[in-house]
Amino acid sequence: MNFMASKQPENSLLGPESDSQRTLYPYVTGTSVVALKYKDGILMAADMGGSYGSTLRYKNVERMKAIGKHSLLGASGEISDFQEILRYLDELILYDNMWDDGNSLGPKEVHNYLTRVMYNRRNKFNPLWNSLVLGGIKNGQKYLGTVSMIGVNFEDNHVATGFGNHLARPILRQEWHENLSFEDGVRLLEKCMRVLLYRDRSAINKLQIAKITEEGMTISQPYSLKTYWEFSAFENPTQGAVGSW
Amino acid sequence: MFRNQYDTDVTTWSPAGRLFQVEYAMEAVKQGSAAIGLRSKTHIVLGCVNKANSELSSHQKKIFKVDDHIGVAIAGLTADGRVLSRYMRNECINYSFTYESPLPVGRLVVQLADKAQVCTQRSWKRPYGVGLLVAGLDESGAHLYYNCPSGNYFEYQAFAIGSRSQAAKTYLERKFENFTDASRDDLVKDALMAIRETLQGETLKSSVCTIAVVGVGEPFHILDQGTVQQMIDAFEIVGEQEGPDAAAGQEASAEPEQGAGAGEGVAPMDI
Repeated sequence: MNFMASKQPENSLLGPESDSQRTLYPYVTGTSVVALKYKDGILMAADMGGSYGSTLRYKNVERMKAIGKHSLLGASGEISDFQEILRYLDELILYDNMWDDGNSLGPKEVHNYLTRVMYNRRNKFNPLWNSLVLGGIKNGQKYLGTVSMIGVNFEDNHVATGFGNHLARPILRQEWHENLSFEDGVRLLEKCMRVLLYRDRSAINKLQIAKITEEGMTISQPYSLKTYWEFSAFENPTQGAVGSW
Repeated sequence: MFRNQYDTDVTTWSPAGRLFQVEYAMEAVKQGSAAIGLRSKTHIVLGCVNKANSELSSHQKKIFKVDDHIGVAIAGLTADGRVLSRYMRNECINYSFTYESPLPVGRLVVQLADKAQVCTQRSWKRPYGVGLLVAGLDESGAHLYYNCPSGNYFEYQAFAIGSRSQAAKTYLERKFENFTDASRDDLVKDALMAIRETLQGETLKSSVCTIAVVGVGEPFHILDQGTVQQMIDAFEIVGEQEGPDAAAGQEASAEPEQGAGAGEGVAPMDI
């Protein structure tokens, strides 16, 4: 019997009700994002799938968005948390524009802001379940960085999230070089996305490639990669197998 | 300004539409010792007159570094100035931490002005009694702003505040057109000459003034006394040379303009 129950406001994070408010696991997720710096700016690729566990539930999810004039954000992980992040950034850019002076937030500033947000949420045990890729160019300076759901952040010439780190980064380490042309950059990204398509079970064959340059951001129409399944190893795959593989 | 029945509260308007408490706060700025600022496209120089109360005491600090790219010189109630400098430092460091980028001086100045405005509209507060010359760098280059107790702010090419600042302003008005493209050292020289104007005859030496510089590629720092004294000595020698030469020129060509020029070169050294 609780005669002197202490009153807490409805939205408090203390007490038994609080656990249902925190993110414990993701529900609708996006898979890898891959990005690289090229001659004129940044190129980023992501497929349009939103998985619900092992079901490929949504096939028209745009996982890359422009932020302000100078930045491009790609996300993998929980789609609803990505949408929440877009709301935070929308407000940030709005206030930045409202100053109406000659200054604007560039990709470095947005990346660091996101790092603070992600890390602070992680400290409260209520993370935004995303791995983010932030790229952009301002005053000729190219910038490409990533932040994870626990707040780990760094910059590099090419970055990827999730499976992209294991399958795409090795390709990029071999083949990326300074001042790639647009065509070479796209070809390189497509090579990475094709490997991911073959090997990542949450990948779908419908992707977009986004580019951000000093002029602005453009995003391609969704398209598919050509795949080849006639490898002789795929015919009668169990022939030489020992065990259940 | 004379005392009247509308000047007790900052929240009382006069029938003429004036807030006397705010105007009195601006008077406090005029009573403080002089501070001047001037800028070129890439550098800003701040200077102030530092007179100690007595031979036994040290002088008050009137120039504060706010961040690597922003500094401020104050005139008026130095205690209020210190508090506002702490606010500015806080804002800069918080912005740097969140965005890893320096806070644009234009935004800091607006935040400062809005803070000052609050004190002009609360019955339990009083306006800050200090004027601030804020020097800082931005994406668009070098800027110099003046923030006053009323909550207004203005951008300047060059400005002077505090007691006997009119003399410095007159000097700056004559020279400001050259400032945009001036070199860093010429800018410091002009600052020292403007400070000299406010001293009204007293000798300019590095113990009575403080100079600080900020520019593209040069973080905000206060010049040390030795450097300042060297610069004073350098242009005072030039001033002496100009005097006798101009006088010789006057005898040779007997032109009244040159005579006036000789007078300008020689007179400050005479006193």
